[in-house]
Amino acid sequence: MIKTETMTINMGPQHPSTHGVLRLVLELDGERIVRTVPHIGYLHTGVEKTCEYKTYIQAMTMTDRLDYLSPMMNNLAFMLSTEKLVGVEVPPRAQAIRVLMNELQRIASHLVWLGTHALDIGAMSVMLYCFREREMILDLFEEVCGARLTVSYFRIGGLSADLPEGYLGRVKDFITYFKQRVDEYEGLLTRNKLWLRRTVGIGKINAEEAKNWGFSGPCLRASGVAWDIRKTNPYSGYEKYDFEVPVGVNGDVYDRYLVRIAEMRQSARIVEQALASMPSGAHIADAPKVTLPPRNTLHTSMEALIHHFLIICNGVQPPPGEAYVPIESSKGELGFYMVSDGSARPYRVRMRPPSFKNLQVLPKLAEGLMVADLIAVIGSIDIVLGEIDR
Amino acid sequence: MIELLIIAVKCLVVFTAALLGVPFMVWFERKVVAHMQMRLGPMYVGPHGVLQPFADAIKLMFKEDFLPPQANKVVYYLAPVLGMTTAVLAFSVIPFGPQTNLFGLLKEPIPLQVTDLNIGLLIIFSATAMGVYGIVLAGWSSNSKYPLLGALRSTAQMASYELSLGLSTVSILMLAGSLSLNEIVNAQAGLYWGFIPRWFVFQSPTGFAAFLLYFICGVAETNRAPFDLPEAETELVAGFHTEYSSMKFAMFFMAEYVNMIAVSAIATTLFLGGWHGWGAGGDTSYGWVIGLGWFVAKVISLLFVYVWLRATLPRLRYDQLMAFGWKFLFPASLVTILATALWISRQVS
Amino acid sequence: MSPWVPLLVMMLIGLGFGVVNIIASNFLGPRHPTAKKNMPYECGIEPIGNARIRFSVKFYVITMLFILFDMEAVFVYPWAVVYKQLARSGLFVFMEMALYLAIIFAGFVYVWKKGALNWED
Repeated sequence: MIKTETMTINMGPQHPSTHGVLRLVLELDGERIVRTVPHIGYLHTGVEKTCEYKTYIQAMTMTDRLDYLSPMMNNLAFMLSTEKLVGVEVPPRAQAIRVLMNELQRIASHLVWLGTHALDIGAMSVMLYCFREREMILDLFEEVCGARLTVSYFRIGGLSADLPEGYLGRVKDFITYFKQRVDEYEGLLTRNKLWLRRTVGIGKINAEEAKNWGFSGPCLRASGVAWDIRKTNPYSGYEKYDFEVPVGVNGDVYDRYLVRIAEMRQSARIVEQALASMPSGAHIADAPKVTLPPRNTLHTSMEALIHHFLIICNGVQPPPGEAYVPIESSKGELGFYMVSDGSARPYRVRMRPPSFKNLQVLPKLAEGLMVADLIAVIGSIDIVLGEIDR
Repeated sequence: MIELLIIAVKCLVVFTAALLGVPFMVWFERKVVAHMQMRLGPMYVGPHGVLQPFADAIKLMFKEDFLPPQANKVVYYLAPVLGMTTAVLAFSVIPFGPQTNLFGLLKEPIPLQVTDLNIGLLIIFSATAMGVYGIVLAGWSSNSKYPLLGALRSTAQMASYELSLGLSTVSILMLAGSLSLNEIVNAQAGLYWGFIPRWFVFQSPTGFAAFLLYFICGVAETNRAPFDLPEAETELVAGFHTEYSSMKFAMFFMAEYVNMIAVSAIATTLFLGGWHGWGAGGDTSYGWVIGLGWFVAKVISLLFVYVWLRATLPRLRYDQLMAFGWKFLFPASLVTILATALWISRQVS
Repeated sequence: MSPWVPLLVMMLIGLGFGVVNIIASNFLGPRHPTAKKNMPYECGIEPIGNARIRFSVKFYVITMLFILFDMEAVFVYPWAVVYKQLARSGLFVFMEMALYLAIIFAGFVYVWKKGALNWED
């Protein structure tokens, strides 16, 4: 045999399918990968540190930019920790709306994942179909909070505003329409021979290893571990909804695909239940020290004006302590560990980014694969660099 | 002298037609893919964006002509020219229509074909096989890693479909008994029972299998989805032409589209009766226009299949393509040859 | 005139088109090379090493086989062209080619079973 050399090649940060600015240094023997070294930090924004200089509400608006494919979920995770620090009860209507928004967000996030993943593997049309539906979800978001991506819809103790008139009907129309569309994506991919060849058996990881590597979310469930924080540690009233936790068998790229597709269907189910059982009442807790008083009371009530003035000037000041409330985001376990020193600004905020934990196993998954498979594996882990680099 | 002039005019006309086919095809592809994906595609430059490809070409013309210092300069410049030249070469032997005197403009009728060589099919094979060199040399001479990977993939691809590409046409040679494309087309004239055209797809039970084999190999040869490995943009950024810019890039782009049109034209000629169709040819003065129309219509429907494939299918991995080429296409084409031979010997005896 | 002349003309037109295009874009486009621009493209990072290495081509054996089988395939063409005429005289011509293809096929099966087509390892 002729002695050959391996080739070291940079994949990313400026590459079409490293999902942002992930940089992988690959050592290739032919097109087979000998070694993968991921480099991160090309999208470092210093959000965690900046949070220490912002009031809780201001800091929340920055979480939109972390996992920019599911801002509602970041907001929720941040708010849940804050609310635990503050010790405020969220009214049932606000909780139901939060669930509604989160499940819509999960669908939107999975749609982006499906579209880009399929595009990476070469199925171009799926991407545009997915973005067509995601557009509708973003329109729904825009209706409630005025923003499509940087939503910042949640507040300590509830929501920034109640739902507009007729909103639930529009969500219902969307879900009815969307459920047929999922069959359409499946029709294009699930039993497509080429898709199967590119995904089945690629990037396998078994349940034990997946747990040891700190996998969470759909990636973990694809390996056969039925771990879903919505079931195990319910938050925002998830215990009231009836849904299944889809699990895979082999833990390969194909199973991760199937799990996410099934999750979109389950999310649609949850949304339907939330619509059917939407409670009436206030959209934000009645806690004068924490939540802003209704706008119209400012002109008539001296107390309301004072509370408004204090909250705006000083911010909400939770008692000293710490809190961590995990939620099941579209990528996995997401939570903010927050330390309060009693001031209006968090002493320390630390995020548990699911993509970061899921990404660390990539070198192991990529070993011995071909470059084309690596692309499929990266896509199947569903990373968002905004969240990884923070 | 007048003979040489006619040749030159013919060549120029065919060359221009092939080149003008590129903007049409680009526009056609973008439009068809767009509508398959529920969007409009180019809309602004000209009515329904028909002038978009021309705008793109002009833009590329004025782009910086980038020469990477690490490149092997001669080969780097040669590669796109090679790709382009071999792509148009195939059109010189394809008959586009019957004989014509251009509505009485000429005293003697001329065939709508640049030249009728008795080994026309072999010329096409050699020309298209040379086209791979354009890609391989481009990838190698860039002296950059992604293009190198693209070039290697192109080699792998060539080694897996080229064989079946050649063998899939053997059935046609048996049916037509000639390598001249003109005779191949003429052997497909007429109708069965007055309504089924005597195209080679219908002439033998194996015709359709051979057609499928040829078309699959043709898609692979032109590096189109699902076999677009040498330029798989989600894997190799831009593949073999990563280091190319300006008109040099445009040449690869044009070569790819000319190749697509060429493969469709060859498939039309070999399997779908070339310019034959209802009302084509004959003694009427406009018969040749109808023939040409049939030819173009058939080519466009094959191009539509190209676009359709691209909009639908994911990409294969290149070892899977090789396995597919060797373990399926090659044995399948051998079986097709034998089956056709058996069928013919039953027919003639 | 020889029917090959048009082929030559076509080739010249193609070459001419290519050369003219490249020269034209040379004059029409701007040219501002910078050190960063001159680097080979590697996703925006300074390349590690260089592309001129003895790179492993795993499918080497398959390309060799391709040349072998392509050579063999060439012999099918002349037979195919005259087959229709000769087939009238019986099955002998068919059997000839069947035998030839059987030999090719045997070689192909041998190569397959030997694992030469599985180049992954």
